[in-house]
Amino acid sequence: MQPFIDINKLNLYYGEYHALKDVSIEIPERAITAFIGPSGCGKSTLLRTLNRMNDRIPGTRIEGKVAIGGTDIYHDEVHVESLRQKIGMVFQQPNPFPKSIYDNVAFGPKQHGVRGKKKLDEIVEQSLRSAVLWDEVKDDLKRPALSLSGGQQQRLCIARALAVEPDILLMDEATSALDPISTFKIEELTHELKNRYTIVMVTHNMQQAARVSQQTVFFLNGEVVEYAPTQRLFANPADSRTQDYISGRFG
Amino acid sequence: MIDMNPPSDSKAPSELGQSFAKVSGAKFDRKMRLRWSNKLFRIVCIGSALFVCLVLLCILVLMLRTGILTFSNVSLAEFFFSTNWDPENEHYGALTFILGTLALTSLTMLISIPISVVVAVFLAEMTPPWLRNLLRPVLDLLVGIPSVVYGFLGLTLLIPWLRTISGHDLADGLLAASIVLTIMVLPTISRISDDAISAVPNKYRDAAYALGANRFQTVIRVVLPAAKNGIMYAVILGMARAIGETMAVVMVIGNTAQLPNSLFTPTAVLTSNIVMQISSVEFDSTWNYGLYMMGFILLAISLLMIVAVRMLQKKGGRNS
Repeated sequence: MQPFIDINKLNLYYGEYHALKDVSIEIPERAITAFIGPSGCGKSTLLRTLNRMNDRIPGTRIEGKVAIGGTDIYHDEVHVESLRQKIGMVFQQPNPFPKSIYDNVAFGPKQHGVRGKKKLDEIVEQSLRSAVLWDEVKDDLKRPALSLSGGQQQRLCIARALAVEPDILLMDEATSALDPISTFKIEELTHELKNRYTIVMVTHNMQQAARVSQQTVFFLNGEVVEYAPTQRLFANPADSRTQDYISGRFG
Repeated sequence: MIDMNPPSDSKAPSELGQSFAKVSGAKFDRKMRLRWSNKLFRIVCIGSALFVCLVLLCILVLMLRTGILTFSNVSLAEFFFSTNWDPENEHYGALTFILGTLALTSLTMLISIPISVVVAVFLAEMTPPWLRNLLRPVLDLLVGIPSVVYGFLGLTLLIPWLRTISGHDLADGLLAASIVLTIMVLPTISRISDDAISAVPNKYRDAAYALGANRFQTVIRVVLPAAKNGIMYAVILGMARAIGETMAVVMVIGNTAQLPNSLFTPTAVLTSNIVMQISSVEFDSTWNYGLYMMGFILLAISLLMIVAVRMLQKKGGRNS
């Protein structure tokens, strides 16, 4: 069977700096894949390669192939906006727009041509329900999003990403700025979401990777050291560097 | 095992309490000095703020005190609702100038705001760094050019050009003045808006792009709304400059006390009329008082417009 996301011999350069070296991994559909590794090892860079957010950084150069569902996403004819619509992203810092809760969630659908209040209302409710935020905000959707707590803001960002009906959800250390209870809520949420979405998450927190993911990829200095089903990687790592990292000897 | 015995140099609890219980009696004790310097700082800050308010109040009173004398000889209705300004024959109707100032400012803003915002977006969002580093200092220099120079440009380049395209013998008037004013306020509005747009955190742009918005959608729906307050501030500054501008306007507006029937008819505004006539009036005449009154009205208009813009901004900014 063809893997859902297929990354083959990927090299990425920021100007002179060689940020990703010969990365080849496969990411399965409807499961959570976690990227772990010390800071600056390239895990966020790889994540941003998947929805071509690196295009925004001048001087980025890419070699190799990234295919999603069999299509090379760096092919000239790929429409980047449509690609990003299919791949939602949640960032490290909660970044809701300085607008109302409703307008935040409705933003994506409006950009993609959804019209009509009834249709939008429906999308907003469904997305907020999927992000388990609906019950907390349903009484006043016109409230400024920035008046929510950090954890609520992050779930709002998830709802906003889900509103454009993506197939893949990228989470870039989405819980690292949150308190333990909010983190727990978001981890629970990802358990629900993985039945409908393919989730790729970058995390600093190895316990988090062990708790929530089905597959884990370990990065070091821009290279993939090892990737395997999560349980196996943590119980029985093949590479001694993985062993050192997960037992807390560095990083 | 925690060592429960305190280290030998630590204070007994009662001694610790004594150390902050109260200020000792000595006059130049450190705690006394800190307390006084804190108070002094507070007083200086409040005093400075009050001083600024006082200056504004003094200006208002000064203009009004002399200006109000107009109404011992002229009725309020005539001054505000008549367009007949002919002081030599005892006619003091200032409506032409009031309307002129309002029309000139509105027209200037109508032309300059869209252009400035587009320039600002271009500068902040689309220009490659080397061009940006060239354009920003150039715009900053343009802000500092004396207004009389802009007047010369209007007089020698703009008006002959307007004559050819409009077919009027004299093209002095509202359009010429508002184009000159637009050129004057454009650098101000676009540079401050540019700063406001550049200050919008990148995380908002990231969020919009990640949702599949293109650059146009990101700028219109996310960046500009987020920079709204800064842009409003830029507009207020530009407007204040446009209302009060005198020299450049005098040179291109025609200075005739008549209601214009087109954008190419010579007319006059509050500032141009004051500056043209103030040097030739007698000190104690109604004419002189009338000019003072016009100065006061100018002040009132600019204050009102600034307040109005602030109110609009509050109303629109509920969600931010």
